[in-house]
Amino acid sequence: MKMLVCVSKTPETTTKIQLTADNSDLDRSGVNYIMNPYDEWYALVRALELKEASGGTVTIINVGPAENDAVIRKGLAIGADDAIRVNAEGGGSLYIAKQIAAQAAGYDLILFGKETIDYNGSEVGAMVAELLDMAYVGEASHLEMNGTTATVTRDIEGGVEVVEVSTPFALSAAKGMAEQRIPNMRGIMMAKRKPLNVIDPVEATATTSISSYELPPAKSAVKLVDPEDMTELVRLLHEEAKVI
Amino acid sequence: MVLVFAEATNGKFKKAAHEVVTYGAKTAKALGTTCVALTLGTVENAGDLGRFGATKVYNIAVSNGFDSGVFAAAIAGAAKALDAKVIVLSHNSTGKNITGRLAARLDAGSAPGVNSLPEVSGDKLTVRKTVFSGKAFADVEILTDYKVISLSGNSIPVEESGSAVDVETLSVDLPSAKVKVLETKRAEGITPLPEAELVVSGGRGLKGPENWGVITDLADALGATTACSRPVADVNWRPHHEHVGQTGVAIRPNLYIAAGISGAIQHLAGVNSSKTIVVVNKDPEAPFFKAADYGVVGDLFEVLPRLTAAIKAHKSL
Repeated sequence: MKMLVCVSKTPETTTKIQLTADNSDLDRSGVNYIMNPYDEWYALVRALELKEASGGTVTIINVGPAENDAVIRKGLAIGADDAIRVNAEGGGSLYIAKQIAAQAAGYDLILFGKETIDYNGSEVGAMVAELLDMAYVGEASHLEMNGTTATVTRDIEGGVEVVEVSTPFALSAAKGMAEQRIPNMRGIMMAKRKPLNVIDPVEATATTSISSYELPPAKSAVKLVDPEDMTELVRLLHEEAKVI
Repeated sequence: MVLVFAEATNGKFKKAAHEVVTYGAKTAKALGTTCVALTLGTVENAGDLGRFGATKVYNIAVSNGFDSGVFAAAIAGAAKALDAKVIVLSHNSTGKNITGRLAARLDAGSAPGVNSLPEVSGDKLTVRKTVFSGKAFADVEILTDYKVISLSGNSIPVEESGSAVDVETLSVDLPSAKVKVLETKRAEGITPLPEAELVVSGGRGLKGPENWGVITDLADALGATTACSRPVADVNWRPHHEHVGQTGVAIRPNLYIAAGISGAIQHLAGVNSSKTIVVVNKDPEAPFFKAADYGVVGDLFEVLPRLTAAIKAHKSL
């Protein structure tokens, strides 16, 4: 089975978000970047597990500038066979989806993380599936392959839905799909020699633009309530916070 | 025209459907146009959506079972047939499966997971959404002719502004389904977490699943939905769908009560949009207190039953 794993580069989970002086962007000085955790822990590792069980290839694709190569190499170190980087920057979700779709012909399974932890959009996977006229299962927490047929469990509000789908298809991976893997030294050494093909973007226009960012108002100091006096807490929730 | 996709579960609308219709009606008013609602498949009393501001409700017959491709084709087909340029849907599990397909199908700019009504100036439409897992907001301008917006749950209050309207059947060309639904398992009788206005959540401080009575008693007294932290779901003390946080469900209830949860940044990422946060923890240094509105430093096994009794006393007034 030929698998394509779409990965994004995001600020590290614990990053303290600060903005530039004119609020037009995140202040990127001192920010550490990682592979988007949903892409790495769940989508990439599940693809590698399927390859180990039944053979095939795992290719990573990223749409971004040369500085993203470090994140791509990490994916190769974890075990992907090769990688594609579409040399483009910005453009928004549909722009990125069009770049991926242009490279995605011939794959049996295309995997995404359920969202990126920066823009929290959850939409590029569905866009690529639509552009390629493929089945799509979002927020999948379990995947079993049986030949060309897959049984996929997807998270829904308060439960799960189990579906059957045939290759080729796309999915976005949520927690439960696989467990994080740490690359070992041999993987890191081998990753340096694996192919990373840089490709020029196809023509596409941006469909959205972010005009400004804003930080949430600073939280006022916590109001401590006497643990013996929960009637007071109820009064505060009713009269002050007005939530009950 | 603004077209709202109002989802029904087992033929019935939930709060999320009323929220998106309210949102669509208000957006239409700002744009000087009307709002119509679209339902798919068999729905009871679809015309009821008129109460929340839809001037008409359309229905398209789809076969049973959810398929993102079929649903996106139906919504896009309706938008084209009705010449609706703004499309609104919920940013829930169904919406997240559809929004991207819909945007790609219509070559539209999309804003997934918005939190407030759009700013309209002429043809320009700007919406605000949370980014960086609730750590910032971004104002997104949609640059295309068709515009797709998905609304986060509990972002705007539902408002009734009209009465039931007519339902008209619409027919559009639909692709065949590529996904076959084998089974749908949903906890019955509870408000699902993303829709819940009140949430009571427990963490490792509960010490074991057998102690969850203090959480469920409080939730029952409040009419709240229960949730849990990641370690609790990881060891199967509680079901996976209750896990809130970075890798679980992101929620924005009016009230989030956390007991025995230290407040790691990954947990906060899923709950920091809650309007009011109450933290109960015996460790006064627990990081969660920095994100809380109200804090109770004490033993949760004593504090929670006391709070449950106080809620019951308040409700009986």
